[in-house]
Amino acid sequence: MFTNLKTITMTSALALGAFAAPASAEDIKIGVISILEGAFAALGQDGIRGVELAVAEAGGEVAGNEIEVIVMSSDASPDSAVNAARKLIEQDGVDIIVGPLSGSEGLALRDLSKSFPAVTFLNGSSAAQDTTLRDASDNFFRFGGDGAQWMVGVGSFAHDDLGYEKVAVVAEDYSFPYTQVLGFMTEFCAAGGTVPEKFWTPIGAKDYSSIVYSIPSDVDAVFVALGGADAVNFLTQYNQAGGDKPIIGGSITIDQSILDSEGPFKQQLIGAPAGTPTVSDYDGAEWKEFTASYTGQFPDGFSAPSIFAHHYYMSAHAAILALEEVNGDLSGDQAAFRAALTDLEFVTPTGGTMRLDENRNGIVDNFVTEVFEREDGTLGNRVVKVVRDVDQSLGQDPAAFLAQGPVSRDNPSCP
Amino acid sequence: MKSALFLLPFALVPFFANDFWLVQIFGRALILGIIALSLTFLAAYLGVVSFAQATMAGVAGYTVAYFGPNTVDVGREMPFFVVLPLAMIMATLSGAIIGLIARRSQGIYAIMITLAIGVAFFYFTRQNYNYFNGWTGFSGIRAPEIAGTSLREPLPFYLLIILVSALCLLFVNGFIKSPLGLTIQAVRDAPKRVLAIGIPTTPVIVSAYAFAGFIAGSGGILNVWYQERISSFSVGLGPIVDILVIAVIGGLKNPIGAFIGALAFVLLDTFAVDFIDRERFNTLIGLVLLAIIMGAPDGLHGLAKSWLSRFKKRPSENQV
Repeated sequence: MFTNLKTITMTSALALGAFAAPASAEDIKIGVISILEGAFAALGQDGIRGVELAVAEAGGEVAGNEIEVIVMSSDASPDSAVNAARKLIEQDGVDIIVGPLSGSEGLALRDLSKSFPAVTFLNGSSAAQDTTLRDASDNFFRFGGDGAQWMVGVGSFAHDDLGYEKVAVVAEDYSFPYTQVLGFMTEFCAAGGTVPEKFWTPIGAKDYSSIVYSIPSDVDAVFVALGGADAVNFLTQYNQAGGDKPIIGGSITIDQSILDSEGPFKQQLIGAPAGTPTVSDYDGAEWKEFTASYTGQFPDGFSAPSIFAHHYYMSAHAAILALEEVNGDLSGDQAAFRAALTDLEFVTPTGGTMRLDENRNGIVDNFVTEVFEREDGTLGNRVVKVVRDVDQSLGQDPAAFLAQGPVSRDNPSCP
Repeated sequence: MKSALFLLPFALVPFFANDFWLVQIFGRALILGIIALSLTFLAAYLGVVSFAQATMAGVAGYTVAYFGPNTVDVGREMPFFVVLPLAMIMATLSGAIIGLIARRSQGIYAIMITLAIGVAFFYFTRQNYNYFNGWTGFSGIRAPEIAGTSLREPLPFYLLIILVSALCLLFVNGFIKSPLGLTIQAVRDAPKRVLAIGIPTTPVIVSAYAFAGFIAGSGGILNVWYQERISSFSVGLGPIVDILVIAVIGGLKNPIGAFIGALAFVLLDTFAVDFIDRERFNTLIGLVLLAIIMGAPDGLHGLAKSWLSRFKKRPSENQV
């Protein structure tokens, strides 16, 4: 009994010894939350590189105040993102948080940010629509788009240029694919196309046979909003079952790793359009410069910045620009800093002008890409269309857009 | 009575810790400790390692989320004094049902069957939208307010956690000395003899699981108030394994081990990323856990016990 009491006293004492010493008041602390474990670890790491690149470009300081970057990992679950943010705020005393990576985490941090009005949250790459559209938080900023903005251009391209009238949808069953489907359908349905059937699959599903055989035979194409291994599994099984409809891709469906993988389904992808805010080998001058800066800073990184490095960079870059504008002044609950953020305009790595709407969501550039076969037989994505100044209402009247209700499995619908 | 005194050092924390340490470290450790306590109870007194404790806690958490205030459009709101007993009943029932399913299983088979139940519940919550809101789950869950003070304020919340932890320890220690508790231990040691003297084992096993569900449920309610949200992630493989790790590193032989293990786990989980290259912090966590299990087969509790008894042989201290 007594011995155990002692044990705990000792453990507690040890724990208390670890209380952090306060840092010097001049430092500006930026906390970064990204996924550094599990399937997303390599991509999450690239998000961190984006922040480090922005800080390095600023010389590691703003108006004489040193910038300190503190990294925390989440595991794609909202709970872990909230825990990471609480640790950064309450223990490390950060002024600014950049992150998180995935959609549901973003919604959780949006909710959390209301409890911490003295900290400014800048979204990383999470792209759920309602993070900023509904129930927005005054200190949560997104210098980037949502999943619907990332699909802009694809719906009209599929209908007008490729002549598809009827498209079936296969997508994972959570907030990000819902938003992607909304982005595609908003344009596609407005152009006169129909979506007779939507198939929602649990994330990580291995067997798609029931879906493959349920796809109506009279559709012109299949819109596939699956990521990573799910996309490979579905495309392989669809191809093996003799499915021959053209594919339309979501923002994370047809990435280079899928194009580099083996399998007969690849031939089916040639010509497949997709929407994305980041094209690794885009030949815009600003993007070339950004890529050179990235590869110079991180020789061990990817050959070009990923969508995650791109978005974390834009948020950190925006924070630094706004800090420079106010000479690093974060007093008064960061009022001046936030005003500077709200009015900020800067040229993005894709050559557009980044600025925020009244919900503090980015007005962004978007790309429509298509898969093409290179001379050596390998596949790549090339840009067929750049859409500038995409806002969160996808060009519609904001009130009318909001009135369509929150995105879900059944909304929107145009059978 | 004595066992609750183990928590005395925890009760001193509010005097010198800031909100982060109070809630995020010690509060979270105690909450996880309560859930792990339900596993330690089953392991120590029924001799069964259950992987379904996070599931029982999740049942209570989802009940609170569905019937309490939340910001998603699912569920119906009821006053908290109705919701809390309901959540406890649901968790206890879920424990009983799991016990009924797993009653004939021992050792590795009990692990498999409880793991299967846990994973099935995980996929069920992820794919059911009417009651569990699928992948997204519930957010904006608020702890009740009493006399104008939210129970989620750091100090009241921490005191509540301490109180519940102490009560759970008292319950466990009282329960194992009761006739039913003694029968549970008899079933652990010699199920055939228990049958031979005319006591059916099924109700005994089921009630042990139900009691574990009750303990896990009280941790589950605190956990959902702490996280202020619950989703399928909260009942997934990650939390299931976390609870097992906590119970094992703390020591499966004594209820207090769950709390020691939980504190060690939370400290590691929170600070490992600060100590080591961030790509490898999970390796550090894994290595430390491995070292604990290899160096202390009876967990941290067993290790501390053997150290202290080796260095301090004075009889007066061992008698306290």
